Amino acid sequence: MIRIIKQVFHSSKFLFGFVVLMSILLLVIIYPFINPGNPLKTVSIGTFAQPGTYVSVYDSVESKTNTLVIENSAEKRLDAALSMEDRVELILWFEAMEVDISELDINDTDALLALWKKYYDPALRPPGMTKAKRNYYARVDASITQILNTELKYLAREGEEGLESVKEIKGTDYVNLNNVANVVRLPLGTDNFGRDVLKQLVAAIKTSIMIGLIAGSIATFIGLFLGLLAGFLGGIIDDIIMFVTNIFTVIPAFILLILISYSIGQDQRGAKTVAIVIGFTSWIWTARAVRSQVISLRNRDHVNLSKLSGHNLWRIILTDILPYIASYVVMAFILQISSAILAEAQLSMLGLGPKTTEVPTLGLMMNWAMLYSAHLSGSWWAYFPVILTIALISFSLNLMNTGLDQVFNPTLRD
Amino acid sequence: MSGYVKYFRKKIIWFLITFFAAVLLNFILPRLMPGDPVAVITARSAQGMSEASAVKEMYDNYAEQFGVNKPMYVQFFTYFGNALTGDLGLSFSQYPREVSDIIGSAIWWTVGLQLPAIIVGWFIGNILGALAAYIRKGFDKVLLPVALFLSSIPAFGMAVILLVIFALKLEMAPTSGGYAFDMLPHFSWDFVRSIIRHYQLPFWSIVIFAIGGQAIGMRSMSIYELNADYVKYSRFLGIKDRKIVGYVFRNAMLPQITGLALSLGSMIGGALVAEIIFSYPGLGTTLLSAVTTSDYPLLSATTLIITIMVLVTTFTLDIVYGFVDPRVKAAQFDE
Repeated sequence: MIRIIKQVFHSSKFLFGFVVLMSILLLVIIYPFINPGNPLKTVSIGTFAQPGTYVSVYDSVESKTNTLVIENSAEKRLDAALSMEDRVELILWFEAMEVDISELDINDTDALLALWKKYYDPALRPPGMTKAKRNYYARVDASITQILNTELKYLAREGEEGLESVKEIKGTDYVNLNNVANVVRLPLGTDNFGRDVLKQLVAAIKTSIMIGLIAGSIATFIGLFLGLLAGFLGGIIDDIIMFVTNIFTVIPAFILLILISYSIGQDQRGAKTVAIVIGFTSWIWTARAVRSQVISLRNRDHVNLSKLSGHNLWRIILTDILPYIASYVVMAFILQISSAILAEAQLSMLGLGPKTTEVPTLGLMMNWAMLYSAHLSGSWWAYFPVILTIALISFSLNLMNTGLDQVFNPTLRD
Repeated sequence: MSGYVKYFRKKIIWFLITFFAAVLLNFILPRLMPGDPVAVITARSAQGMSEASAVKEMYDNYAEQFGVNKPMYVQFFTYFGNALTGDLGLSFSQYPREVSDIIGSAIWWTVGLQLPAIIVGWFIGNILGALAAYIRKGFDKVLLPVALFLSSIPAFGMAVILLVIFALKLEMAPTSGGYAFDMLPHFSWDFVRSIIRHYQLPFWSIVIFAIGGQAIGMRSMSIYELNADYVKYSRFLGIKDRKIVGYVFRNAMLPQITGLALSLGSMIGGALVAEIIFSYPGLGTTLLSAVTTSDYPLLSATTLIITIMVLVTTFTLDIVYGFVDPRVKAAQFDE
């Protein structure tokens, strides 16, 4: 046994898959300690907040400031304020005004603004330009003027005689992030309900792996049991089992899954129920393969010897047959896990996944992201990590499986 | 010759049995759902009506029309008989549109998209798999992990990634639909061009998804064949390498045909979800709308049609296999 395990871990493919899977599991175990709390809690009002660190504006203006002299800070400010779209629009204006821009670099903010200040005039009416567009340029000009304005800004409070200045803010004022009371890190932003995507993703991986394990165990157990029974006993039991198996080989498991999940109804579908249903619809392959292997084993000498010695059925199966098919069963189990995770995801995308209020799953996250068109609005953080996670989990499981295959089937070795 | 006849007869009997089982499951399972769909549709049309007896009458009327007031087995045989004649009942959500009408407009999109995509994916996958097995060192080392990773990306994931890259970032293809939204289906050059433009992304996402699994299967199969005794013997006889590879490829290909028949179900499942991402007007999108509107006649008809599609394809592949594989002459080639 130990020798086999050693041999398995010598396979680089298995090892790599194992390491990837374990890192994912480690993340699932450790992350909730770093960031505890309910993963389905709304943290932002509004949909799809971008990934990053959020600093409370209210707190930061009140915090103690230091004066830092940082090079390029003014340029950086300008760069950040003038988006790429605005830059393109400025260029379009120059073109409409027939300004020579052959030497202009769109990323050169200074040159762009200098040219803008020189040639922009709100009174001008370039031919064919709509009023809305002219208003847009007026707004851009106003904001540019404001950025270029390096005077002090004042924090004011409403007093008895209008606004009273409380604090003046200079361009060189900095606050230490550690002194700001409220800093929130959202490495993957928020989803359509304003929930922390990373926190949700970690919880979803946990649920999805649990679904994979439950469904995989059920499918492997049923498949193994029926396969052993059919293969070893033969006769009418074999015929009945094979009859059912043959029917369900052709009727797609995914379709059965849709029908059963639908008939269970939205309210009854928890993550565990979905896992059980997936398990009950995906044992067919294991049963078929186990049966054909048992048939080739059952007339071997050692099995016949066992029969002659009067050992009972279960003892023969446990000691004389199971060890020979164990490696296959383990491999089938690994594949069942990955296909169950995928099945849950596909089911959820059809709106037939677990009910949405209790736990997140990878499929549900994907489903919500698609329903709220995250892919069309450019909110990659809502769907891409989910796809990547599903791919990585099944990649690592498939890789482990290939590694095992090469250990147990010497012809496939490199 | 009798071997073939026996083989085909057996296949046809199995086809009929599975067909019956599929119809039965499609009938029973959606009807086990808690809640009364007739009550839902009555409530929708009875909005604003205050008289209870009128509502009751309307309910009975609908129950009669959908046939839900009869015993289960009567309903089943009516359903089965109707299904054979192509009458799949009325849709709840798009009442009074017929289910067969909705399916009829969706099915060709799905068949036209998935059949070519799966076949192309199967061919490319097999060629790559055979190459990987033949060249082994180096090429195999790169190709196998890549194929494994590609086949690990779910079809819908591939669809989303392709959509974001090619439709949104590069603006090379439209984001959704089967044809431009400002057009009505008609036969013209513009319309055909619009269909082709919308076809690209769903097609390639299914192809890439199909390649990975097939390549891996073909690689194992070819390695197994390359190590077989007849190859060694042929080499020993001095037969040209190219000719041997031809034999190996043919022999390894045979199980891949069955492999295709067997993985068809899961492939179509994945491809249906990919359709949803592109709002492609096929059966996947129909399935989604049936689920969201809890329209069970539409749902069970869609699943039935998909099952029948898989059944027919599997049956065809079995028949093709019977002709291609000489071993079927031994007639007992069922396992």
